[in-house]
Formats: sequence, C-alpha cells, structure tokens
Amino acid sequence: MITDHTMIWIVIVALAVGSFLIRFSFLGIVGDRPMPEWLLRHLRYTPVAVLPGLVAPLVLWPAATGGMTDPARLGAALMTLSVGYFSRNVLAAILSGAATLYGLLYLLG
Amino acid sequence: MNSSNPKRHFLRGMRDALPFILVLVPFAALFGVVATEAGLNVVEVMSFSVLVIAGAAQFTAIQLMTENAPTIIVILTALAVNLRMAMYSASLTPYLGQAPMWRRAIAAYFMVDQPYALSQIKFEMERNLTVSERYAYYFGTVAPLAPFWYGSSYVGAVAGAQVPPAFALDFAMPITFLAMIAPALRTLAHVAAATTSIILALLMAWMPYGSGLLVAAIGAMIVGAQVELLTARKARQ
Repeated sequence: MITDHTMIWIVIVALAVGSFLIRFSFLGIVGDRPMPEWLLRHLRYTPVAVLPGLVAPLVLWPAATGGMTDPARLGAALMTLSVGYFSRNVLAAILSGAATLYGLLYLLG
Repeated sequence: MNSSNPKRHFLRGMRDALPFILVLVPFAALFGVVATEAGLNVVEVMSFSVLVIAGAAQFTAIQLMTENAPTIIVILTALAVNLRMAMYSASLTPYLGQAPMWRRAIAAYFMVDQPYALSQIKFEMERNLTVSERYAYYFGTVAPLAPFWYGSSYVGAVAGAQVPPAFALDFAMPITFLAMIAPALRTLAHVAAATTSIILALLMAWMPYGSGLLVAAIGAMIVGAQVELLTARKARQ
C-alpha cells in the first residue's frame, strides 16, 4: 500500500515531463539528423530488457503467497508467455493467462 | 479536392486503429484497478493516465512504489521502460519533422506504441503523402485510442476498490507484461536480451531499492545489441 501521496505526485510529474521529453526528443529538438547506429541498436531492446526483469521476481516469489513459489501463478505466467509468443496476440495471451490462473487457483484450492 | 485528402487519411487512421481498442480497454482498466488497490486516489490515477499516457511505465512505477523503492529509482526505471519512444521519435522525424512546433509537440504527447507502429508502416509504404496527410493519418490512429485509454482508467479506478482478493489481482500486472513481451520476442537478439534481463534481475534481487533491475536492464540491452551484431555478421558471411 502506497501512503506517501507527495511521492506519488513527484513521480507523476517527473514521469509526465520525462516521457514527453523522450517522445519530443527527435521530433522537436534533434530534428532530422541521423542517430548513431550503436544508440539505435541499444534502444531497440529497452522493452525486452526492462519488463522481463521486472516480472521475473513477481512470478517466482509472489508477495501474495509470502514469497513462496505458487504453481497457479507460475503456470499462468508460462501459459501467457507461450500463447503470446505463438499467437503474437496480446489479448489472447492475457485471456489465456487469466483463465489458467483462475483455473489452477480453483483446482489447487 | 486537396482539402478533402487529410480527412480521408484521418478516417483511414481511425479505421486501422480500431482493433487496438480491444487490447487497450482492459489494459487501462487494469491500471485503474491496480493503482487504486495500491493506494492511489482517482485524481492520481487519472493524472497518471492523462499526463504520462504510457501503460507499461505507469505499471512499473506503481509496482516499484508498492515495493517502497526510493523515488529516484521509481522514476529512472519507469523512464527506462519509455526509452523505446526515443526510437519512435527518431523514426517518425523524417515524415513529421517539417510541421510547426506546436503540431510536433502534440504529436509527441500522443506518441504511444500502436499509433507509432501503424504510422511508421503507412509512411514507409506510401512515400508521396504530404506532411498534413501524414499528420491526419497519425492523429486518426490516436483519435479512437486516447479517449478509451482515459475512460477505461477511470472506470478501473472507480471499480478498483470493490474487487475482492480472490481475484488474485496481484498477478494481473505480471500477466499483462508477459503478454506484451512475448510477441516482441521476434529475433534471437530479443530472446537473449529478455533472458539476460530475467537472470540478472533474479541474481541482483538482493541489491537495495530495486536498483538491481536497472543493472539487469542495462546488461540486457548490451547483450541484445551484441547478439544483433553477431547475427548480422554471421548472415553476411
């Protein structure tokens, strides 16, 4: 539970300004000058570099079970990943992950 | 004749973006629910969705705040998630860069994944579009998505407090993120980057204040870039 509302507002304002500046960077400031290839090469991987690392501990050590690996959550994660990988469909992946989670939670009681 | 062309492209953009509403509505509602559960009020949830307008970064910030990470780590990690948009900005500049500053600023505010992807493909395939036709198409792709993003966040925030714990909402965010990552694993380099990110994040979990994730992300970006270089070199031989 987040109780520090000043912190929440600092984060909102900083992310609003920061996200806008990232989006505005080339379109508004740098213009049409070519970007160094090495930089583009690293930026390409930002989502797959940040999000898996953020999710991995939540999958293996969920706070809801006191940090114990939970077969329902692990199964749901693997199902989401495989459906998303093979179907390339975000919505299908979310729905099958949720179905697996609820199915396993129900079955495993 | 000339004045009717931008309108046609605006409508075309709207039509191309319509299917994405299906993904966006549950995602935005989920943000409202998860953020409310985490302790944010409706005004804070809406400020996130309207001012930041970047789902993955918003979820990241909420997650790290519930883990009591320091403010600076929350901000840096969430912005790292958004760094991909610098790439979007760079790749749209040749097509949208000649417009007045205010127009480019509005386009920058709305630069999210789906409009970027649709517009990039459109502009690349139809090289002879005028700048105003391109803006018409771009804003056309934004028009159906942005209102649903704001509206669904609101619905989620209002409904959020009433969701019982049996729904295991703690796991909504991991599922959503995995669903976003999986289709992005297109090449060996993407798979290598994702794998590195997971291994490093788990190994660095002892590091204080969520700083392990930043280390993991930087390491994963380097691995992704290096594997891309190696793969390209091999393909040339």
